Amino acid sequence: MEIKKTSLNKLHQSNNAKFVEFAGYEMPIQYSKGIIEEHKFTRSHSGIFDVSHMGQLFIYGDESLTEELEKIFPLDLKNLKQNSSKYSFLMNEDAGIYDDLIITKIEDGYLIILNAACKNKDFEILSNLLGSKFKMNLDNDRSLIAIQGPKSVEILNSIINGVDNLNFMTGNWFDSDNQKLFVTRSGYTGEDGFEISISNDKAEKFVENLIEKGAQLIGLGARDTLRLEAGLCLYGHELDINKTPVEANLRWAISKSRLSNGGFIGSKKIMNQMQDGASQIRVGIKPEGRLIAREKTKIFNDSDKQIGEITSGTFGPSVNGPIAMGYVDKEFSKVDTKILLEVRGKKYPANVCALPFYKKNYVKGVN
Amino acid sequence: MSEVKFSKEHEWITLEGDVATIGITKHATEMLGDIVFAELPEKGSNVEKDGTAGVVESTKAASDVYTPVSGEVVDTNQAIVDDPSKINEDPEGSAWFFKLKMKDQSEMDGLMNKEEYDKFAKESAS
Repeated sequence: MEIKKTSLNKLHQSNNAKFVEFAGYEMPIQYSKGIIEEHKFTRSHSGIFDVSHMGQLFIYGDESLTEELEKIFPLDLKNLKQNSSKYSFLMNEDAGIYDDLIITKIEDGYLIILNAACKNKDFEILSNLLGSKFKMNLDNDRSLIAIQGPKSVEILNSIINGVDNLNFMTGNWFDSDNQKLFVTRSGYTGEDGFEISISNDKAEKFVENLIEKGAQLIGLGARDTLRLEAGLCLYGHELDINKTPVEANLRWAISKSRLSNGGFIGSKKIMNQMQDGASQIRVGIKPEGRLIAREKTKIFNDSDKQIGEITSGTFGPSVNGPIAMGYVDKEFSKVDTKILLEVRGKKYPANVCALPFYKKNYVKGVN
Repeated sequence: MSEVKFSKEHEWITLEGDVATIGITKHATEMLGDIVFAELPEKGSNVEKDGTAGVVESTKAASDVYTPVSGEVVDTNQAIVDDPSKINEDPEGSAWFFKLKMKDQSEMDGLMNKEEYDKFAKESAS
């Protein structure tokens, strides 16, 4: 299969991107300054991320669509305000996660942002579940640009006036350069920021404009260290079809009002696990010293019994030390529990710790 | 001090008397990206030509460090363990990895000189 390119591919090239293949797309892993500089720039200024490989699924419909979607997602969509977003999951009957996603209620339906590697399958699953009653469009004509970091609001507002009025996890349509952009105040770095849905033919010029105003392109490498510091899950690592939202320690994302009556896919398993607890749970892990424990590193207790596995591990540039997330048996999931990590045949001490590693700066109550 | 020699595993080596100083090349650090962890062989241990003698990790991945010659480890550079970013800053100078007391100096013979290595690095990168 031919590798796909986003509408910003040429711009990445001219900014000296190093490319990798990710979910069938040629994506920038880093630019010339490197992952640590890019990471720190995002935390202190404003980073631009090409996330156009992600799926933008528009589903159009009225209240009957809301009803149908409530049979799928563990969300109180009836009471979700227009232009508000929620983090959620597409699950199977066993509450195994097909994908994690952001769903936003828009005027004429819903916009769902899906992971690149999952989007085609998600579309198929949702088409089967919803039937042909609702128009669905996995929109390949639009790019998705994230701008993240403390200077992002000022920079973006100078191009799209009014975005500074958005609260975290809300969005709206804006007019700019004779076209409609859908902007949400959201992101996946632990910083204040925005995601902008824009037609492919306007994306490059838009990003050049952001760069001119002082933002810089950031690759997937720094995106990964940023999201890990923020304690956020990455599908295919912390989340997969064999993990449930309860095991992933994401119960906060399940609407309380839906837990009493269930009625969404996977609800039985979720309700059982909420009551009895899951046997393994996702935790933050801080190795002692400078040791980096990568994905698949085995976790042991002090009597040499394997109690879990690392799902993501790297060096956190803002934390200035190694950080990781993984799954451990329930009885080892308490903060400050001492554990051992097996790296290159030797066992090294580490501690279960609270997430996030890096404190968030989300903006609430703007209006 | 002898001419700097290079290995195909992207280490550099210089010889002073029978003590060799070994590090990784600038080209290697450029391929690795930001280095955030370094592990060195233990002082007093013996390492074998082309065997592993340490680990470096970048933000992206872990890589073994090999030794281009055999010998006893007589010194290691604790400064790069304490601050691995020094390896990116000065890989072919102050950020040396370890020093070996060589047994067989003829092991230096098969290594590349600067010109040969630069050509090799350029070809292996493309």
